[in-house]
Amino acid sequence: MTSGLRGLFRGGFRHGVHPPDHKESTESLPIRRMPFPDEVVLPLSQHAGAPAACLVRPGDRVERGDAIGSAQGHVSVPIHATASGTVAAVELAPHPSGRWMDAVRIAVDPHSAQIPRPRIVPRWEGLDAVATRAAVKNAGVVGLGGAAFPTHVKLEPPPDTEIELLLVNGAECEPYLTSDHRVMVEHPERVHFGVRIMMQCLDVDRAVIGVEMNKPDAVARLRETVPEDLDVTVLPLRVKYPQGAEKMLIHAATGREVPSGMLPAHVGTVVQNVGSIAAIAEVFETGYPLIERIVTVSGPGIVRPMNLIVPVGTRARDVLAFCGGLTEDATEVLFGGPMMGAPQPDLDVPILKGTSGITVLTERERKPERSWPCIACARCLGACPVFLNPSRLGMLAQAGRWDEMTEMHLGDCMVCGSCSYVCPSNIPLSQMFSVAKSQMRREREARERHERAVAEAEASRRAEESEAAGVSA
Amino acid sequence: MTPADRTLELAASPHLKAPDSTPRIMWTVVATLIPVVVGAVWAFGPSAALVIGVAVAGAVGTERLLAGGPDPVRDGSAVITGLLLGLTLPAGVPLWMAALGGAVSIALGKWVFGGLGQNVFNPALVGRAFLQAAFPAAMTTWPLPTGAALPDGGSVAWAALRGPNLALPLMGGSVDAVTGATPLGLRKFEGVETPVADLFIGSIGGSVGETSALLILLGGGYLAFRGYLDWRIPVSVLLAVAVLSSALHALRPDTLPGAPFMLFSGGLMLGAVYMATDMVTSPVTRAGAWIYGAGIGALVVIIRYWGGLPEGVMYAILLMNAMVPFIDRATQPRVFGTSRRNRREREATT
Repeated sequence: MTSGLRGLFRGGFRHGVHPPDHKESTESLPIRRMPFPDEVVLPLSQHAGAPAACLVRPGDRVERGDAIGSAQGHVSVPIHATASGTVAAVELAPHPSGRWMDAVRIAVDPHSAQIPRPRIVPRWEGLDAVATRAAVKNAGVVGLGGAAFPTHVKLEPPPDTEIELLLVNGAECEPYLTSDHRVMVEHPERVHFGVRIMMQCLDVDRAVIGVEMNKPDAVARLRETVPEDLDVTVLPLRVKYPQGAEKMLIHAATGREVPSGMLPAHVGTVVQNVGSIAAIAEVFETGYPLIERIVTVSGPGIVRPMNLIVPVGTRARDVLAFCGGLTEDATEVLFGGPMMGAPQPDLDVPILKGTSGITVLTERERKPERSWPCIACARCLGACPVFLNPSRLGMLAQAGRWDEMTEMHLGDCMVCGSCSYVCPSNIPLSQMFSVAKSQMRREREARERHERAVAEAEASRRAEESEAAGVSA
Repeated sequence: MTPADRTLELAASPHLKAPDSTPRIMWTVVATLIPVVVGAVWAFGPSAALVIGVAVAGAVGTERLLAGGPDPVRDGSAVITGLLLGLTLPAGVPLWMAALGGAVSIALGKWVFGGLGQNVFNPALVGRAFLQAAFPAAMTTWPLPTGAALPDGGSVAWAALRGPNLALPLMGGSVDAVTGATPLGLRKFEGVETPVADLFIGSIGGSVGETSALLILLGGGYLAFRGYLDWRIPVSVLLAVAVLSSALHALRPDTLPGAPFMLFSGGLMLGAVYMATDMVTSPVTRAGAWIYGAGIGALVVIIRYWGGLPEGVMYAILLMNAMVPFIDRATQPRVFGTSRRNRREREATT
């Protein structure tokens, strides 16, 4: 609850929401390694940006760590085989985004020791920024927090900006998820090593690791292990959702607001998820590309919740089976947490580089089916982390008045779901905003296509006219 | 059970929902009004119970009729409207007037605008304004509370009807009841000021539920704690009344009453805590809540000091209800990343 007198008693803290964090079932479970499944499915699009181009054909033998897809352009990364075996197919396969997308299926060799080919561990001391970015890109590292934005792009901030601070995102504000938490507790040195490499690459002197206060053991472990020669501060953060949103985190750490429509780099900050930082460290420790990741499998609908390390490309079905399967009353399987996670209709979808966890919900979490009219209670205004007026935006969305929604800063909405979470009338606000955003994008694209076509027709008409004039002259 | 043979549900995120719901908010408001109703029945006997009950029945019946089925009534909002209307009526009004008021509240106050969430004015006050305009005599005849001294030396019995409750339309009242002036009327027309302690406890003449500030504040405090009403509104209403009446009282101490009397008399408490805070008809922004509340407070003082009627809370709230769309538009929250500094930063880079 965010409004009312209780807000005052929490020190004037106003925005964001407080869903129960439900982390107790996995927060103290050590990360376990899951046995290799008999098949991995590796979509060529696992990151923001252009999909990788396939480098293998059915029947090819691949070893764990081999590149099977090459990056296409700057905002793209290569894809690697995450298990040794034979390419069974290159075909459309279900993707966690809900679409079917091109993917490489590898039949895992049951007799392989699954040891990657010997490879060169890059030396990090004195490595310049260009070489660091190349190593990170070649290893296929992307943001592991969910958005899967290629990390090497973040390591190259726009030329008109000056980076002063590396901000490490260890907030993990989604309920149920504990994979970042376990990394910070079990591998704090690795986090600091990754921070060191990023600081060197970005040429910054200062780093802050933001961790929500519901993870005191992570805060303590990180503080104990800060290297003496690094200026790294561990910043405990208020437990609220969406504390882990980039803009919220920057505000908590620096007191500054990222200007609407601009990047964190414009306020001198680069934000990177703590799991991705650890992945960078692993590249420089082992020479292996990003071929496995830690996922939390949790929620009331799972028999044995766990923190697992799995090869990227492992199907949800195999992961869930390893965790004892679903309970009788399980209803929804989500990739990610319950606030922003994507529901999965097909359990053959693979774990991607950006999949931080699987949350299984039950009938008890099912939301009420009916909505009530908006009673202007203003809870959504008190919840919205970017201070929008979701109540008004919701009315505009229902009326299809997109232009007015743009004026009211719909572009700043992160679709974090806080407004829908608090709405007592159960109005699907953030759901409508995500529809409105894609509808507006579609209309804009159609308008642009139309304008291009008109311009082309005009140009060709003029060309014909001048030609005709030339003939008659 | 294996994952293979499951039917999975698909819904857009977020997949969690805070437990509060609109019906729960409404029924909680109803629950906090019960002590106020009990207080009213203690003070005005069976008449109060009859008036409140009939007003609720009129409101709920009209809601059921206009909403086209029994289901919409379950949100509880029509019950609140009926309760609040009943609490603003004098205990002695004929019951048919209370029923008519409930019907007008829901029909003209709410459904002409489109039902729950759409109305501009507080429905209960629309109903009361209608009754005040149509039946001014009945609406300003104030019976005495239980235990009040009678001219013949006795006192008012609890069980006595306080007016022509059972009268029918177009027929004269048949029950004689002893009536008196309200503290506001006494002050305005006779210059007699009622002790503030009596106002606070509620052993005074007035509308059914306009009497005990204590019970109203208890209920409102609980709602504020739960986040079911915006505390800024009652606080700003009461602050504005206190500041303005203190200032004016200091100028004219002999003719204008001071802040304590102004705060605890008449319908101010019920209006500030339960009517001005109606979510639908109050601003959604925090700055807007302060402006709206201060406006109500100022209007109450102006109407009470200079108006023709002793009480002004109803008109003050209705007038400020009309201002809400403008207040909301003028006080939209500043979107994250659009501060003056942010604008400079954006200009610097483009």
